[in-house]
Amino acid sequence: MKFQSTYALVMKDVRSELRTRYALNALLMFVVTSVTTVLFALRSDNPSAQLLAGMFWVVVFFTAMSGLSRIFVSEEERGTTLTLRLLTIPSVVFVGKLVVNCLLTLTLTAAVSVLYVWAFPGFAIVSWDVFIATVFLGSLGFASASTILAAIIAKANVRGSLYPVLAFPVLVPLLMTVMNATARALEGETIALAFGDLQVLVGYLLVMTAGSFLLFDYVWVE
Amino acid sequence: MKIVRAGVIILITVAIVLGVSIPMVPKPQSFFEYPIIPGLEEKARNIFFHVPVAWTTVVAFLVSLWYGYRYLRTRDIQYDLKSSASAELGFVFCFLATITGALWAKFNWGSFWNWDPRETSIFVLLLIYGAYFALRSAIDVEETRARLSAVYSILAGLTVPFFIFALPRLVGGLHPGSAGDASGQTPVAQLHMRGLMLLNFFLSMIGFNLLFVWLLNLRVRIARLEYHHSLQSM
Repeated sequence: MKFQSTYALVMKDVRSELRTRYALNALLMFVVTSVTTVLFALRSDNPSAQLLAGMFWVVVFFTAMSGLSRIFVSEEERGTTLTLRLLTIPSVVFVGKLVVNCLLTLTLTAAVSVLYVWAFPGFAIVSWDVFIATVFLGSLGFASASTILAAIIAKANVRGSLYPVLAFPVLVPLLMTVMNATARALEGETIALAFGDLQVLVGYLLVMTAGSFLLFDYVWVE
Repeated sequence: MKIVRAGVIILITVAIVLGVSIPMVPKPQSFFEYPIIPGLEEKARNIFFHVPVAWTTVVAFLVSLWYGYRYLRTRDIQYDLKSSASAELGFVFCFLATITGALWAKFNWGSFWNWDPRETSIFVLLLIYGAYFALRSAIDVEETRARLSAVYSILAGLTVPFFIFALPRLVGGLHPGSAGDASGQTPVAQLHMRGLMLLNFFLSMIGFNLLFVWLLNLRVRIARLEYHHSLQSM
């Protein structure tokens, strides 16, 4: 029963996204422009793996910050928040929105990965297993922390600029870990060496998802 | 509160006077001499200020978090006043801890800022306070502001274990107690203090915690007056 309504909520968001391409187009164009900017900045040099791994996540962070808040802000703008609140329970809303945000971040990181591999000769992934695990867990971690922040931001007055301000301190442990692990993947370290980083990522994902699941009631219900 | 105020004045005065005036010698013979800690020398006197201030920052953050949680459970606006007042004081202490720490780092480690794990943590704590106040000023309705800022401070509090346990493994540290420090492998630094120096340290510790209690009391009373004033003027 609850699974069905969660599924319905996810499908509703996916369908309206596919019809309007509101978030997706903006996100992908944002990725292209920011990767181009990085490309201009680093064109003449031969950047190190550490630097490229850092710039990879800088692009992911700012792109996510530009688009992920839409998930709740759009409901607020269309005036459909109240309908959603009447129709279903908070946990269904949270899980549904979290799944949609996970799909968005995974698309986003996949796009950034493809562009980086294509545009930077120095961004040669040696340990694919480490890279894929890092990007996958990192994307989910991003989504888990940013979903509840999007719900908070939807109630505030200045949404656009406040979102990265709120999200950055919460995302710092994740960002430092994924940058470290991505650099390991570029330097060709084995998954055993990167295991500690991946443990931190799993821990972050669990803590953030559980924490925001418990706190979401207080954000959603007035 | 009068007792607390008197305690603050006495304890902090005594701690500062002792901390500045007691001579430091290699092998302390009498009770009124401090041992020289290798590598710190006279700069060790900052320990009576920097460490208690940094400690109080963390206490203020936890108090703010606790009152935020209480607000969510009871929806009593008094708790929100306390939570935000504690956050304001925490910000002041956090700023002082950053300044004293940066000065100490300059003269001990060579530069004002090294991105040591604890420096990173206190910087992120400053960012959390900044984000908290930015969020509060962006919401007009009092109940919504109280609710959402409480949720945000709890969410930010969830990242604290990562700074304590995960970050030191990623970045090398300079503070005592970091990974690779010969003196100890625990997250808590070993105290190299004895006798009067240790007493001085704890006097200062208690003094600054009481200072926080006293200031929090004052701030909450002002906030309460402001709140009633805003109700009347509406």
